[in-house]
Amino acid sequence: MPLFDQLYNFAHWLTRNREEAEDLVQETYVKALKGFGSFQLGTNFRAWMYRILRNTFLTSRTGLKVTMTVPIDPEEDGADLAVERDTPETYLFEQLNRELLQGALDELPVHFREILLLCEVEEMSYQEIAETLSVPIGTVMSRLSRARKTLSERLRPQMQRGAVTTITKGTNYGL
Amino acid sequence: MACESWKTQLDTYLDGELPEEEMRSVDRHVRSCHSCSADTVARVQMKRTIHLAGRRFTPSTQFRKRVQLSIAPKPKRNLGRVWMFAAAAAFILVIAALTSTYVETRRDGGQVFSEIADLHVATLASSSPVDVISTDRHTVKPWFQGKLPFAFNLPELQNSDFSLLGGRMTYLEQTPGAHLIYDVRKHHISVFVFQERSLAARLDKNSLPPKNLSFNMATWSQGGLRYFVIGDASAADIDSLAKLFKATSS
Repeated sequence: MPLFDQLYNFAHWLTRNREEAEDLVQETYVKALKGFGSFQLGTNFRAWMYRILRNTFLTSRTGLKVTMTVPIDPEEDGADLAVERDTPETYLFEQLNRELLQGALDELPVHFREILLLCEVEEMSYQEIAETLSVPIGTVMSRLSRARKTLSERLRPQMQRGAVTTITKGTNYGL
Repeated sequence: MACESWKTQLDTYLDGELPEEEMRSVDRHVRSCHSCSADTVARVQMKRTIHLAGRRFTPSTQFRKRVQLSIAPKPKRNLGRVWMFAAAAAFILVIAALTSTYVETRRDGGQVFSEIADLHVATLASSSPVDVISTDRHTVKPWFQGKLPFAFNLPELQNSDFSLLGGRMTYLEQTPGAHLIYDVRKHHISVFVFQERSLAARLDKNSLPPKNLSFNMATWSQGGLRYFVIGDASAADIDSLAKLFKATSS
């Protein structure tokens, strides 16, 4: 079952729990099969599958809890595209280790976490992300920008505390 | 500062989502501005780190089987419905297989290109970027003898703007390759040569470098070898050097 690994990874990031991620993926496949008639040939299959998974998550107990505490579609007007990151921080990013970043991603509000994963991990285009999240492309851009900015801000104090001392040597990524 | 307006576009530029004309103008600016260039490199590294860190969770084999069973058609049901579901399931799997193969190939291909870019940057940052220092191709080429399981030709550079700085051994996918460094108008260009079959599993013959690589790159297969030409020189310079290699290897 291709797309299975990617959907599971995404589900686990959303739910932060293995059992819930498994239930979510299983329900997604069952729904996809049942609702296959609603899939329009020629449209993006991947975005369709991710949209089912995400909508299923939003109506799950964990999803509802998340949306009650954090608005999943906060008001966005695209005015926050200007992202500035000071130079010392960008140099620190170069040394960022994977574990530190995973922790920071995990702590992000779900609407920031999911858009970063779709863009950076799944390498979806803005159009695909817009289809998956059912939002306009302008919202994708501004939300992505805010997500990156928030991630940077949250990483800064951790890096300043010297968390990067656990840098793994010898990778190609300068981690 | 004038750079602030450029910096607001850097993420969209690196995502490859700016209109073509704006892509070109940001590209030109990044190449000429030290501050934006450093910022771009840091953002690229951040993107790569998120890409790697984001692939964190893997489903278990038991779970995979459970889902396969749960969506498999149930026996002793209305035959028409069973066929309909089976056909839908098969269709989903075929489309998913195609999508995933495309995505996997694209991702693996993209990762190979990223690794090539890393090798290029890491080598130039090194205090001793080349192991054989010579501008003479008749010195550099024989240096690889006995080190590589293949042979390749280096182009004649007379009447061109390029000069050979030297070469070194490099490794990709645990297989050895040649890394040559050229100079053109103070820009350093790397040329990598590997055996095609060692990269076949991760790089489709028609794979193209991703738009967000932030370097110019040319790549092709010729005579069982895979060539990569990469650098911050202009696309025209990269192409010219690629053409010289193609001509000398044909």
